[in-house]
Amino acid sequence: MKRRRALSNACFVLIFSFLYLPIAVLIAFSFNESKSRSVWGGFSLKWYENLFHNEMVLKSFGVSLAVAFAAASVATVLGTLAAIGISRMSRRARGVVMAVSYVPVVNPEIITGVSLMLLFVVMRTGVNGAVSRLLGREAEPFGFGLGTLLIAHITFCLPYVIFNVGPKLRQLDPAIYDAALDLGCSPRQAFFKVVLPQLTPAILSAFLISLTYSIDDFIISYFTSGTVPTLPIAIYSMTKKRVSPEINALSAILFVGILAIILASNAVDSTRERRLRRAARREEGRG
Amino acid sequence: MTPMKKKTVWAASPYLVWMTAFIAAPLAIVLYFAFTDKAGRFTLANITGLGAYTTVFARSIVLAAAATAICLVLAFPVSYLLSRLRPANQRMMQMLLMLPMWMNFLLRTYAWMSLLEMNGIINRFLGLFGVGPLHLINTSGAVVLGMVYNYLPYMILPLYTIMVKIDSSVIEAAQDLGANAFRVLTRVLIPLSMPGITTGITMVFVPSISTFIISRMLGGGSNLLIGDLIELQFLGNSYNYNLGSAMSVVLMAIVLLCMSFTTADTEEMEAMV
Repeated sequence: MKRRRALSNACFVLIFSFLYLPIAVLIAFSFNESKSRSVWGGFSLKWYENLFHNEMVLKSFGVSLAVAFAAASVATVLGTLAAIGISRMSRRARGVVMAVSYVPVVNPEIITGVSLMLLFVVMRTGVNGAVSRLLGREAEPFGFGLGTLLIAHITFCLPYVIFNVGPKLRQLDPAIYDAALDLGCSPRQAFFKVVLPQLTPAILSAFLISLTYSIDDFIISYFTSGTVPTLPIAIYSMTKKRVSPEINALSAILFVGILAIILASNAVDSTRERRLRRAARREEGRG
Repeated sequence: MTPMKKKTVWAASPYLVWMTAFIAAPLAIVLYFAFTDKAGRFTLANITGLGAYTTVFARSIVLAAAATAICLVLAFPVSYLLSRLRPANQRMMQMLLMLPMWMNFLLRTYAWMSLLEMNGIINRFLGLFGVGPLHLINTSGAVVLGMVYNYLPYMILPLYTIMVKIDSSVIEAAQDLGANAFRVLTRVLIPLSMPGITTGITMVFVPSISTFIISRMLGGGSNLLIGDLIELQFLGNSYNYNLGSAMSVVLMAIVLLCMSFTTADTEEMEAMV
């Protein structure tokens, strides 16, 4: 028994060193005085200072946040409405819609990226040609940029919203909606006061998933953003251009930020759980 | 039948428009480009022209398959041990296993770039013992390592999810009935974890075979994969949408073929999401 415990622990130590050592080294070298990625030249915070003066990084971070919030909001609203509509469809129609919705999930990201890029190329030719003819002069109202980026992000977030809200909707008891109508609610009131509150946790988690996918995405943005860089695109051009410990500093900040968010959400979860358990015990005591 | 039924179908209409315009239409355009030439005439030349890239396609399949196999071998014992821990520890360990995934994969790959360099940390460490410097970066091994490092959690998660449901008493029963460790593994554990194994294989193989960043950052110029070829046709120097589309169609076919072997039904796919 003891030997098995030791073996199990050794296995975990190995896998965790494999997963974390590269990140640890990356972060450690963000404090390196010298520019080298392997020789320690003394402690320094100068790469953090440089990072906070790096126009491209700051700007692209702003773009990433703005696109993520906009895309997640639109996708959540459209996707929730879609889930409601889909749940009322005939079995056959639902099957077709769900099959198409799976496409962005199962397709390799690069295919989603290039297919949207091709669509935007075709649209650019068509729209700009038509507008130019209409105005009688060269005009380019449509091009790659924030708009195309937003469309792409909404598109790959939508399925995740539908697959999050849809199952929750199926679990709802339709009798509760009918009861609300019987008790004098209009259909609109019944929806907003009875159905929607029960869906809120699923909708919220769909929103958060969309947010993280959008902020993290590189491949699809790479093909659809034109010259507007998101943070991952800025990171990519940094890794390509030159060796700079600013990337390490950025990694350290992102890692600590993510760690804080996850620990906080875990703490919230476990206090909620403890409270629920305490409430359950109290109920039992009463019964 | 509630009155809600008929009317609320229309709630899906904005999405249906969106889906047609931005999921269905782009794929149709890819198909159109794949089977036409620059002047828009029907042709099969793009597809037949792919014969010239057979080595790249073969390399992609081999490297992705190797990465998937390594992930499976690493993830299987880890997931099993994880599923036998106390529930409180399980949650903690699972979180720790997933935490690196929250870092952008460009940064994770960059971390390995600086480790594997000719004068990187690993070679300097080996140098202390008089070994090397070894040629680590810009090899196909480095590309496989990058795939394994980036996608290992995709294998652990489905395996763990299915293994938690395996009752320890089933394993004990097999042992009581005289099965040795090997037979418990092949006759009990592997068959019971099969749905997790197939989901994990898909979740590692699909991103591995279609990557272009890992091969570019860790493989140098000499380890081109399908993803690199496609990227070159659309944003790189090659600039040939028709050929790029043909490559995309073939990549999709490979992925579909892989999934038809591994994904039994849509319920499993729903679990993947």
